[in-house]
Amino acid sequence: MADTFTFSLVSPERELVSEEVSSVVVPGSEGDFGVLPNHAPVIARLRPGLVTVVKDGATKRYFVYHGFAEVTQSSLSVLAEDAQPVEELHGDGLAQKIKDAEEDVSVAKNALEKALAEEILSHLKAVESTLASL
Amino acid sequence: MASLKELRNRIDSVKNTQKITKAMQMVAAAKLRRAQDAAEAARPYSERMDAVLGNLAAAMATMPGAPALLAGNGKSDRHLLVVATAERGLCGGFNSSISKLARAKALELKAQGKDVKLLCVGKKGYDALKREFQADIVDVVDLSAVRQIGFADAHDIGAKLITMFEADEFDICTIFYNKFESVISQVPTAQQIIPAFFPTADNDEDKTVHVYDYEPDEKAILSDLLPRNVSVQVFKALLENGASEQGARMSAMDNATRNAGEMIDSLTILYNRSRQAQITKELIEIISGAEAL
Repeated sequence: MADTFTFSLVSPERELVSEEVSSVVVPGSEGDFGVLPNHAPVIARLRPGLVTVVKDGATKRYFVYHGFAEVTQSSLSVLAEDAQPVEELHGDGLAQKIKDAEEDVSVAKNALEKALAEEILSHLKAVESTLASL
Repeated sequence: MASLKELRNRIDSVKNTQKITKAMQMVAAAKLRRAQDAAEAARPYSERMDAVLGNLAAAMATMPGAPALLAGNGKSDRHLLVVATAERGLCGGFNSSISKLARAKALELKAQGKDVKLLCVGKKGYDALKREFQADIVDVVDLSAVRQIGFADAHDIGAKLITMFEADEFDICTIFYNKFESVISQVPTAQQIIPAFFPTADNDEDKTVHVYDYEPDEKAILSDLLPRNVSVQVFKALLENGASEQGARMSAMDNATRNAGEMIDSLTILYNRSRQAQITKELIEIISGAEAL
């Protein structure tokens, strides 16, 4: 039995990771779940949070926002609209950005503008809460 | 016949033009590489998205109560055509080929008595279509400030489409863009994005059929993913368009540079001939003057 499987992390703009790993913890919308080789095929929605990847005993974490995970017996693909390694996340000016976004939501002229502004806000808040939980 | 000075001026001006087109060609070549890389990097995401959605859609399409983004709202009377073009000209037939395709489609739909609306992404398509379809253009998206198209730009357009669809403003949405084949060939393409259309999975031999568990259920995932997919499709179209634009500009500017070169050659020959003719004329005048004495 193979003790690794293929993990790929893809955002719309690029493929961040594609490698053989031994285990991954994925933040599913119904709760975190771990994936090991020979996992049953699942398609799960993600909630914003951290994907934890274990490869050769070393752990790496990635922030993901809005997407889904596709698990097959030999692979796991995580598709996220925003995905980046935790090390690249930074809180510089985040509070200010959140404030700006909140303001955008309150001054939005129509439903579309409001929806877009709210999404930016929730994205920023997800980054903030993830950083706080580190 | 033009005087020598005039000819010299013309040669100089063509030389200057050639310098500009040459520079534009080189800039386009550099940008093309970047655009191609971006299009390539975006491919895995949209491919997987297509695969997963195709899978889900096949399971859901037969069920009643499938989301409207997938099954359509049962009508096909009102069409929204999204025409994605460039913000800039000087790229050969790039903009006009998209506008032409969109125009033909719009006229065809109108002839069938359907209602047509247009949404232009990029100034050039708007310029080309506004004379004929001014009343039908609902919106123009200006991307001229965007240097490198990001997913957020596509998502803005996608969200706009979804909002309009939910407000029941159209039934079917088609996006027009140039598919990048190679530097010399870009194919104007019309792709239906609402309701979503997935090519039926053909039975590839290496394709293993997975029976997935869904978490939460199929419907929740589908209704979450379908709106996202609209943005992904728009993003894909914009990236293809970006690469096509640079490719088209590169070959157009290459042509222009070559034409300018030919023009300089023929002007130079003309210039030398006239110069020689003038010298000969002057000599003849002197000699005949001397002989007359």
